[in-house]
Amino acid sequence: MNSINLLLGVEFWVATIRIATPLMFGTLGELLCERAGVLNLGIEGIMTMGAFVGWAAVYQGADLWIGVLLAAIAGMVFGLLHSLFTVYLGLSQHVSGIGITLLAANLAYFFYRVLLPQVNTPPKITPFQPFAIPLLSQIPFLGKAVFTQTPLTYAAFILVAIAAYLLYRTPIGLAIRMVGENPSAAEAQGINIYSIRTLAVVIGSAFMAIAGAFLTLSAFDSFFVNLINGRGWICIALVIFASWQPFKALLGALLFAGFDALQLRLQQKIGAAIPYQLFLMLPYIFSIIALSVMARRAGYPKALMVPFRKGER
Amino acid sequence: MQFDRRETVPLGLAVLAPIAAIAIALLLCTPLISWTGMPAFTAYGIMFTGALGSPFAWSETLSRATPLMFTGLGVAVAFRARFWNIGAEGQFYLGAIAATLLGTGLLNLPAIILLPLIFMAGFLFGGTLLLLPAILKTRIQVDEVVTTLLLNFIVLLVVSYLVEGPLKDPAALGWPQALPVPPEATLPKLGGRAHWGLMIAIASAILIWILNARAVLGYQMKAIGANIQAALFAGIPINWVLLLTALLSGGLAGMGGVSEVSGLKGYLSLDLSPGFGYTGIVVAMLAQLHPIGVLISAIFIAAIYVGADAMSRAANLPSYLADVIVSTSLLCMLVSILLTRYRVRWRS
Repeated sequence: MNSINLLLGVEFWVATIRIATPLMFGTLGELLCERAGVLNLGIEGIMTMGAFVGWAAVYQGADLWIGVLLAAIAGMVFGLLHSLFTVYLGLSQHVSGIGITLLAANLAYFFYRVLLPQVNTPPKITPFQPFAIPLLSQIPFLGKAVFTQTPLTYAAFILVAIAAYLLYRTPIGLAIRMVGENPSAAEAQGINIYSIRTLAVVIGSAFMAIAGAFLTLSAFDSFFVNLINGRGWICIALVIFASWQPFKALLGALLFAGFDALQLRLQQKIGAAIPYQLFLMLPYIFSIIALSVMARRAGYPKALMVPFRKGER
Repeated sequence: MQFDRRETVPLGLAVLAPIAAIAIALLLCTPLISWTGMPAFTAYGIMFTGALGSPFAWSETLSRATPLMFTGLGVAVAFRARFWNIGAEGQFYLGAIAATLLGTGLLNLPAIILLPLIFMAGFLFGGTLLLLPAILKTRIQVDEVVTTLLLNFIVLLVVSYLVEGPLKDPAALGWPQALPVPPEATLPKLGGRAHWGLMIAIASAILIWILNARAVLGYQMKAIGANIQAALFAGIPINWVLLLTALLSGGLAGMGGVSEVSGLKGYLSLDLSPGFGYTGIVVAMLAQLHPIGVLISAIFIAAIYVGADAMSRAANLPSYLADVIVSTSLLCMLVSILLTRYRVRWRS
């Protein structure tokens, strides 16, 4: 009975959509990279970097949107580095990605400590405030749940639609899908594999960084070590869960976030009877189960993780 | 730009590659040091003496290298078969759990029996943890990268539960740490903070070297890594070999956890590993997955950490600098490996 009441409360849905937002950005970013044939394990570090850069900019007095922009640029820089290694040099995408994650996260922590050497309670900034969309937010229940969010959340929903349109309805989307499926055929069509893959990885990395920036500029109001806490890896699981399709990625992110929101509320309700660690574990366990269920049906992009070298068959 | 594969990699080039990678990484990180106004040359001097300049420094470096040898070996074994075990961190902690469970009162045995026993338990715990992703991969093609990564977070939460709950040390003044291991479950010291875990790591590396070079299993693991289609065609039981690889890889990382609890810290806590599992990937890659190379590269990486600690104290820099240098060397090493395996020809 109690848990049904939990699901009916509008706060639960507001929280679900809030938790889903960074996952939507991150999953979409990873999806874009993988659709072009590049696995981007740099996601966890790029999210950390985005979270730091966004927060640091605003902490130094920049506008919130400038913070988001700078975060996206930082993400693009690391995306460019990853594509230099994996697209142009054809290095192992696994190891390069892990290297990018370690580098980006540790650089973020390094500069955080340079900025604030001895602070134990991280200083706060004024984050994005919820923005009720006129008229739409008046719709009973749904209006409050969906249309009283912070601006970046609306941006995430719009971005999903744009990404789906781009991927399936435009020449550039077709090119991205082609280089991820059959690069040799794409090359025969006169498509530059290297440029398209780099483009996808750079844009995708910008999305990942915005996912991180959402956490510091919208969800929380400060940066701290281990802020991302595996969200990037969960995005990688969500991409597989979504079979590399933007709208399914949105669905997966919402489903996962709903599960997380429920877990948080159950934790408060049940309290000390069950160790809190068990609740915190549930999202990760849920991801592994979801992966296992979907794995057989997953339609991997055929050229995922296959480096392309001109003239090699 | 074109890459021509070399038929054989000259030994000199293979040895030079990691050294060049670390040197370039240090060079790339100089702007971060100059930030504080300390000349980079002075800073690297402090780093060198801090890590290798005295017997005390050597004992620090070797004690720091020991867990990295175990996780590095674990990663190297798995990567050689192209089984992407990114979960050495979790397997390391599971080994530490095994040492705590069996080493703190459950078994009342003399050290000569108890120590080998807890190492075996740590091996089994770590190996079993990696079996789950391996089974998921071989049975239903679940990508092992994501599952091993996610398991790290699950294991850390298990550790958090254990050290706050059932295994909590009541004498630790409310600090969340597990009961300490008694003297019977403590590894003897080698001098300073270095301990016998180092010897066990070296012995493990030699065993893995023999396995790689002489045993059928070692050959099969390499064959799967080199070309899985060809391995299948040659009749190698791929799934079975991958499961054994996983057991061995996770087991080695697990032994690292035992060594750290029994040799250095004395108890399990949430800060037992400052990312040894992830650094193990860097160690394995610098060694180009060679077990003896792992020993050397672990000492290199440990020296960077210990030296950077000394440097950051002197220059008042955040200690994350060491992590930045180490992750930069991983990326440099990737390029180095490419240059040893291929000749680069600029398009005419």
